[in-house]
Amino acid sequence: MIPEIGHFALIVGLALALAQSALSLTGAARGIPGFMAAARPAAQGLFVFVAIAFGCLAWSFYSSDFSVLNVANNSNTKLPAAYRIAATWGSHEGSLLLWVLMLSVWMLAVSVFSRSLPEDMVARILGVMGLIAVGFLSFMLFTSDPFERLLPAAAEGHDLNPLLQDPGMVFHPPMLYMGYVGFSVAFSFAIAALLDGRLDASWARWSRPWTTAAWIFLTIGIALGSFWAYYELGWGGWWFWDPVENASFMPWLIGTALIHSLAVTEKRGAFKAWTVLLAIIAFSLSLLGTFLVRSGVLTSVHAFATDPKRGIFILCFLAVVIGGSLTLYAWRMKRVAPGARFELLSRESMLLANSVLLLVACGAVMLGTLYPLFLDALGLGKISVGPPYFDSVFVPLMAPAILLAGIGPLIAWRRGDLAQLLRRMRWLAAAALLGALLVPLAFGRWGALTSVGLLLASWIFAGTLAALIIRIRSNAKMNRAFLGMLLAHAGIGVFVIGVTLVKSYESERDLRMAPGDTATLGGYSFRFDGVREVSGPNYAAARGAVLVQRDGETIARLAPEKRVYLVQRNPMTEAAISAGIARDIYVSLGEAVDAGGQNAAWTVRIHVKPFIRWIWFGCLMMAFGGLLAASDRRYRVPAYRREDAALADATVLRSGAA
Amino acid sequence: MKPRHQRMIAITAGVTLIAVAAALVLNAFQGNVVFFFSPSQIAAKEAPLDRTFRVGGMVEKGSLKRRADGLTVEFVVTDTAKTIPVVYSGILPDLFKEGKGVVAQGKLGPDGAFHASEVLAKHDENYMPPEAAHALSKAEAEKAAKSVVSPGGS
Repeated sequence: MIPEIGHFALIVGLALALAQSALSLTGAARGIPGFMAAARPAAQGLFVFVAIAFGCLAWSFYSSDFSVLNVANNSNTKLPAAYRIAATWGSHEGSLLLWVLMLSVWMLAVSVFSRSLPEDMVARILGVMGLIAVGFLSFMLFTSDPFERLLPAAAEGHDLNPLLQDPGMVFHPPMLYMGYVGFSVAFSFAIAALLDGRLDASWARWSRPWTTAAWIFLTIGIALGSFWAYYELGWGGWWFWDPVENASFMPWLIGTALIHSLAVTEKRGAFKAWTVLLAIIAFSLSLLGTFLVRSGVLTSVHAFATDPKRGIFILCFLAVVIGGSLTLYAWRMKRVAPGARFELLSRESMLLANSVLLLVACGAVMLGTLYPLFLDALGLGKISVGPPYFDSVFVPLMAPAILLAGIGPLIAWRRGDLAQLLRRMRWLAAAALLGALLVPLAFGRWGALTSVGLLLASWIFAGTLAALIIRIRSNAKMNRAFLGMLLAHAGIGVFVIGVTLVKSYESERDLRMAPGDTATLGGYSFRFDGVREVSGPNYAAARGAVLVQRDGETIARLAPEKRVYLVQRNPMTEAAISAGIARDIYVSLGEAVDAGGQNAAWTVRIHVKPFIRWIWFGCLMMAFGGLLAASDRRYRVPAYRREDAALADATVLRSGAA
Repeated sequence: MKPRHQRMIAITAGVTLIAVAAALVLNAFQGNVVFFFSPSQIAAKEAPLDRTFRVGGMVEKGSLKRRADGLTVEFVVTDTAKTIPVVYSGILPDLFKEGKGVVAQGKLGPDGAFHASEVLAKHDENYMPPEAAHALSKAEAEKAAKSVVSPGGS
């Protein structure tokens, strides 16, 4: 019964989304207040029905209702409760439902927090989001029904892929999807502006906190995914340039460019066309990400759904969304009035250069990700493009962007002062050189790339600090937006330090170890004390004991495991990690070399990873900086005060009809 | 500075950036693209000798051996038509199993064995790496074609 309710709720949701987008878009176009007024309640209703559907599926998983095909394939009675619920989005169908749920959450948020926006604007935004919901709901109902029955019911479920049985599964997908789908708000703002013809500073002010919010979720989602891969896959890597990772990283790059471009549109009324284009690209890449992950075209952990028919539906949907919005863009953007002028040396041009760099970097990532797929589709052979490609393209493109991020906040809007900038840059250069030369000394090994990384990190720290000092000296008001920007930029520095030091000074060894054997790595000694059998709720494991010491002092006792899950019979490596600010010690078990029970020798992999935690801490700083900026006072006070109205009038773009 | 000059500088900078990016991309592609070969292609000497590439297929049953050092393993990858011995030193992925799909990346050694630097296995039991599946289906197709041309032949 419960699954049927869920299924029915989805159908009602589809009808509601259709009616809502038709009513509110027509209402906004024709100026019918009654139609426009339907936008908010309909969006809230859509949320209710999608939430009911999601709740029903979650309940089916929780109560192990194996008469639902999806549950029978992805769950098991022995699966712990938290993972039974997380398994709701472990399958293709469930993750689509999560996608739509997130979309309806964003729609609900827009309908609640948009009191200060003009009615027709809200109607258009919600109308566009409603259309996206129509696309995804019909995709789900016609090709991938999450509530499909299995009759007669299975006696026991097939269990969740052991790789996904991890706390990461509980948090990573919802966060990532919140970010992905969040760009639909920025996209809808952009489309609404194109339809309406109003593209001014107050439009930018309204859409900024939404875009930043989506960006925050995406940042956290990607960082969580990276952290999860690090400790779960047992290989000690934190980023693999896997196509699925790239699929989430590309919208992040464009989203980063977008939040900076929006800043210029809000403050200076410039870059309007550019901002709208970035908003369209960011959401298109989110859809492309969904397509890449969900169509099964990739050799990847994430491609657990392999069904090309669904891929074709998403591809068509993608073509309609991208083609439609770009056509609209080409048609309406001609009318945009140029923004305020600026000199070559100004904050505007720094931000423009940065967003172009981000766009180009994103293009290079996309080429590396899609090129093998194209070759394969055209029958021109099978190739793979691995991390070396991405490293050697991405790093040189991002390095200048980081240099610009260091000086951007030191340059005035409109017209910068070259002499002043050079004076300020002296300090940055000194700090950067110092960092680049001294830190490698401390590690006792120098490398060109190590120094470049540390140079960039010190440069951006110094730039951030200089911007803060200048702001304090000038007695200007300190606001959250400014502090958030500084924090996020400092986060880049922390991230760069983490990446540089891990890449330069990490060490690893694969070993054969019999009980009692000792190995040394990076100044630590590792003693292997054999393995013993343990059993978990739904797995049996061999748990090793490794004693880590430094100079005779015990640092950690690690217990890496090799698990065999009872249902799918797949072995799984659970690495053991001793975490620290300055280093992680990471041990994972391979397999028993000989059959000897307690005294068997095992293959063991040990890693020492200096400063790896800084990578994720840097991401958290960026996300928290975004949070500070998005909660700035000016977004909370009722918008459209007098001076805004004046500025808006100066730069307003009005379509001929209005 | 006149707006016209400004625009020229901006355009020049943009074009330079694109050119640099294109050079980087092309250069990186040249050095880092990894091609895929099936055991049959290797047997036909189509694979390069001094370049990293990928080989895929099935791990032949009963072929997995561990050398005395405990770390180096040898196994045979087959596409059901031809086989290639693979040598790998290190820890195999969790889902590596005899009789299942596998993709290995590495170089062909002078001894005729494939020296893998990386071994990728499928991620769940229903899933075959596309490259491995491709190699198997191609070999099947060729066998079928051969049996039509020369019935009773090899």
